[in-house]
Amino acid sequence: MKEKRRKHLLNLGLWTWSWVATLAIATFGPQLIWDDHTLLTTIAIVTNLANGVLMIMANRKLFNHFDELERKIHLESMALTLGLAVIVGLTYSLLDQTNLIPYDAEIGTLVGFIGVTYIITLLVNRIKYR
Amino acid sequence: MGKNHKKLLNNLKKLRKTAGLTQQELSVNAEVSRKSINAIENGIYVPSTVLALKISRTLDCKVEDIFELPD
Repeated sequence: MKEKRRKHLLNLGLWTWSWVATLAIATFGPQLIWDDHTLLTTIAIVTNLANGVLMIMANRKLFNHFDELERKIHLESMALTLGLAVIVGLTYSLLDQTNLIPYDAEIGTLVGFIGVTYIITLLVNRIKYR
Repeated sequence: MGKNHKKLLNNLKKLRKTAGLTQQELSVNAEVSRKSINAIENGIYVPSTVLALKISRTLDCKVEDIFELPD
């Protein structure tokens, strides 16, 4: 069981690393490496998208390997994170549209918020079900 | 009865000890994490039917011997 988990974790780690690397290439490549070549940019973005899908599939495999309590903990954390992401995301967007914040609402900020929220809710739920 | 969930009473800790098993040993036989066994014993978590059946098979008793609905 532990051996299988290690394998799934390693697999997810590799696909996550690969996704981050292809995202960096797709983001900075057009300006720094291939001088805005449209075909290369398209290939980089499609490659990043494909890596993202494979990362999600690796995450799903790990999730299905969890036992039912772990699944419950993760599902509760995901539900809270999703709800908060929608509410906070729309509020953040409204703040931008109404010019109540002096800068543009960036998707990166919301992604960061989602990551932090998921980690916090996961920790809280792990303590709750200890 | 041990520590109980408001929706399900359980005797798991007592029956596990009677069977001479540690939480770790029971978790391996029932194919779940030790934390799940601990959470069930402490009335924090209500297991699925499949897990309840696996636990009862490991402890060689009926599900009703381990779990019971509150009055």
